[in-house]
Amino acid sequence: MTYKRNVDRLPIVPADAKEHNVVCHFCIVGCGYKAYTWDVNRQGGTAPEQNKFGVDLSRQQPAETAAWYAPSMYNIAKQNGRDVHMVIKPDTACVVNSGLGSTRGARLGELSHSTAMSTQLQRLTDPLVWRYGSLVPTSWDDALSLVAAVTQRVIAEQGEDGVFVSAFDHGGAGGGYENTWGTGKLYFGPMKIKNIRIHNRPAYNSEVHATRDMGVGELNNCYEDAELADTIVAVGTNALETQTNYFLNHWVPNLRGSSLGKKQEQLPDEPHAPARVVIVDPRRTVTVNACEVEAGKDKVMHLAINSGSDLALFNAWLTYIADQGWTDGDFIGAHTKGFDQALAANRTSLAEAAEVTGLTVEQIRQSAEWIAMPKEGKRRRTMFSYEKGLIWGNDNYRTNGALVNVALATGNIGRPGGGCVRMGGHQEGYARPSEAHVGRPAAYVDRLLIEGQGGVHHIWGCDHYKTTLNAHEFKRVYKKRTDMVKDAMNAVPAGDRAAMVEAIMEAIRAGGLFAVDVDIVPTKIGEACHVVLPAATSGEMNLTSMNGERRMRLTERYMDPPGQAMPDCLIAARLANHLEQAFRDAGNAEKADLFKGQFDWQSEEDAFMDGYHANAGGGEYVTYDRLRAMGTNGFQEPAVGLDGERIVGTKRLYTDGTFGTDDGRATFMATEWRGLQAPGKQQEKEKFRFLINNGRANQVWQSAYLDKENEFVMDRWPYPFIEMHPDDMAALTVKEGDLVEVYNDNGATQAMVYPTESAKPGQTFMLFAYPTGVQGNVVSPGVNELIIPNYKQTWANIRKISDAPRRAAGVSFKSKEYSAG
Amino acid sequence: MPGCPKLVEIGRRQFLRGGAAAAVGAAAAGAVGQEARAAQGAARVEYPSTRLANIADLKIDEPVAVAYPDADAPGVLLKLGKPVTGGVGPDGDIVGFSTVCPHKGFPLHYTARDRAFDCPGHYSRFDAENGGQQILGQATQNLPQYILQVDDQGDIHAQGVDELLYGRLSNVL
Repeated sequence: MTYKRNVDRLPIVPADAKEHNVVCHFCIVGCGYKAYTWDVNRQGGTAPEQNKFGVDLSRQQPAETAAWYAPSMYNIAKQNGRDVHMVIKPDTACVVNSGLGSTRGARLGELSHSTAMSTQLQRLTDPLVWRYGSLVPTSWDDALSLVAAVTQRVIAEQGEDGVFVSAFDHGGAGGGYENTWGTGKLYFGPMKIKNIRIHNRPAYNSEVHATRDMGVGELNNCYEDAELADTIVAVGTNALETQTNYFLNHWVPNLRGSSLGKKQEQLPDEPHAPARVVIVDPRRTVTVNACEVEAGKDKVMHLAINSGSDLALFNAWLTYIADQGWTDGDFIGAHTKGFDQALAANRTSLAEAAEVTGLTVEQIRQSAEWIAMPKEGKRRRTMFSYEKGLIWGNDNYRTNGALVNVALATGNIGRPGGGCVRMGGHQEGYARPSEAHVGRPAAYVDRLLIEGQGGVHHIWGCDHYKTTLNAHEFKRVYKKRTDMVKDAMNAVPAGDRAAMVEAIMEAIRAGGLFAVDVDIVPTKIGEACHVVLPAATSGEMNLTSMNGERRMRLTERYMDPPGQAMPDCLIAARLANHLEQAFRDAGNAEKADLFKGQFDWQSEEDAFMDGYHANAGGGEYVTYDRLRAMGTNGFQEPAVGLDGERIVGTKRLYTDGTFGTDDGRATFMATEWRGLQAPGKQQEKEKFRFLINNGRANQVWQSAYLDKENEFVMDRWPYPFIEMHPDDMAALTVKEGDLVEVYNDNGATQAMVYPTESAKPGQTFMLFAYPTGVQGNVVSPGVNELIIPNYKQTWANIRKISDAPRRAAGVSFKSKEYSAG
Repeated sequence: MPGCPKLVEIGRRQFLRGGAAAAVGAAAAGAVGQEARAAQGAARVEYPSTRLANIADLKIDEPVAVAYPDADAPGVLLKLGKPVTGGVGPDGDIVGFSTVCPHKGFPLHYTARDRAFDCPGHYSRFDAENGGQQILGQATQNLPQYILQVDDQGDIHAQGVDELLYGRLSNVL
């Protein structure tokens, strides 16, 4: 049975409802929303003067109306302790989404914590501590003093390298400038923690090291560039599903030709046409389909390369474009260095690339023409975009560099209609003291934990159990180590703190691990932890972040956090203050003094002023008041000044040709092809039958932690899907909806079979990081030279577990591709 | 829910009566339930029972355009030839849906090839054979489906809708 809410009317937002600026919590696009709240004992009416929209709501409203909201946008929340009606709906005035809501962001309302409406009651409300054999509620002081005491003792015995940290580094929910600063100052200020990793990878490193090393920051254009480009190149990115409103609101107009007026107005001295698109992806995605629908098949090239062979394609593009004389010589000469050396090193013929990628020579030649062949004597404007297909793919560093090479060689960075950008996952929101002590390559934290290192593990908004590689083995060892500490704690009365800490330390000396989890919801790894601390999320606190075009906004607090939950930055500050006390109690006044007076924040705004405002480039211009006044459009970082009280930002980076290197010249990179780079991948490919390609889905994207308690989503995806060609299904004698086991030498996991005609035989695609079937279980520990994981190139065998379980029997298994009829 | 919203609801229904009367005047014939608009408001809106077609009018895979609960709410009746979720009639195969996309209100079209509704606005798809489940798309609800009843004469009556219709904050205006 398909999930239906059976809601047939909603309270009307009254004309005097409070209005709050909101940026969607979930993905990098950062769509603008407005939260409207009003007292629970009131509501508006259908007459224009009685509602917020000033329209007659007794009549049917037209398509794209601003005067409608879905039941998913509504809830009853607490505001300063009182129940209020709350509607969170897309903001038509936001230039990012122009009123579009995604299937994720348009559920912000019902994904909020509400005791009145029984939504998201999974939220953590109190600090929990392992006591009497289970996690039970306690006070902040009790929980934090235990964490501080154990952490201090571990440092005394093992040094700071005994403290392991997993922490978000992004914006949006579970992040933001306030919270990255709070956690960053804790671990990179009075302490210099080296064994730290980021939420989605096993080390503290950039996902896009290469582009940064070349002097090209990875978010260098603006969303409008997708409206201005002659050609859009999309590598390993499925924008319709995972940057939905960026695609719908900025790519589609160019594909349809409806941005031609804007092109002619802004770029009057050259010919214009609707965009062409080159999509590099082993899988035919719904983005390919949507591009074909809008632009016509003759304007879309889908280069379905052999998995992991992107680098060879990019090198062939560079070679062919250079040989045709289509490079931007003036730009290369004035603003770059190393072109000739890189070209020589990377020289790859069309035939060689065809051999590696599985494409035809003609496909590679034609795509190179679309990228760089001049248009009536004018330089072609090409925007390059990439995401996890490249980032979590084979040979991350070189492949990233190889794509930036092409963008630089064609003069497509810092110019309208150009850019070489990652599409992004979360919003960004990084403000931390220097991490230079971490080193390069950074520590492979997961491996060290598996090897038994470390005494205490602080986890901030991460769930390795769902989102790491080699997850099967990680979980096995992690459970064993944390169970040793639980068993030790069970043997001591909870009220005897000294004996408790001693028992924990004894277990740690024997190989145990004391684990602390800070999150907004219970997590899988949290089940292994000894202390769990409840955090507030975006909207329950004021929170700043920037999106994929560096657009910084303030989400205003519009509701209360549940129970005792508080912002991560304030949790970090209170932990820091407890650590100061623990060091002082232990007689280490010198260490204690490093914390003294550094964490006196009373609000998230205090953390913002201490962090972003005082430290970020241009931060001195940015305050909460100014951001509030700039609404959901904000400004694009970096801030460069003020116009009255309005912050002046930066539409595109590198427009003056000065790049982020010591001499200001962007640096070409030698990026020779070397096959499947990560240790063991080639052997895995040879040994196992199916490619287990993997990634995200429209309905669940940076939102699974809440979606797991959202019936609309769980009704659609009770289990992670695995897309398979019908011939493969027949060979395995499995039907749609059947549960199958995916297994190899790394581990095993489960998925639900989704028949997919467009899948290549032997190539499956599994939903990544899903709570009811973790793809990371079968991903090998092999990484690149900078400890970047390689999730995409995974091979395994598949066998049937069972017929479709009851929940899977209610799922549609039809093609996800739009049909024009 | 606490007591307050109920009081609010009564007040709101009181107000709605004026607007609703005008809307019903323009709606398809056959609306009943006027007597239900008594002093006490109901927890759900009062739907008209509207004759949409006779089962003899329907052929497999040939959609019939209808409107429900009023003329401003386009929809479709479909005979699918096999029992499906929410299906009525002797074969349990007749279903009715709104054809306004619950994402941004664009008109859906029916794709007979795999019996789905497709939205040209933003590529959302809904499964006609599975309660209107969104196969992929941007909406946050599955496609509103009619609650249907077939009488002794084979007349198909719509009697309610299971999700909020796009563009209205009350399914019955």
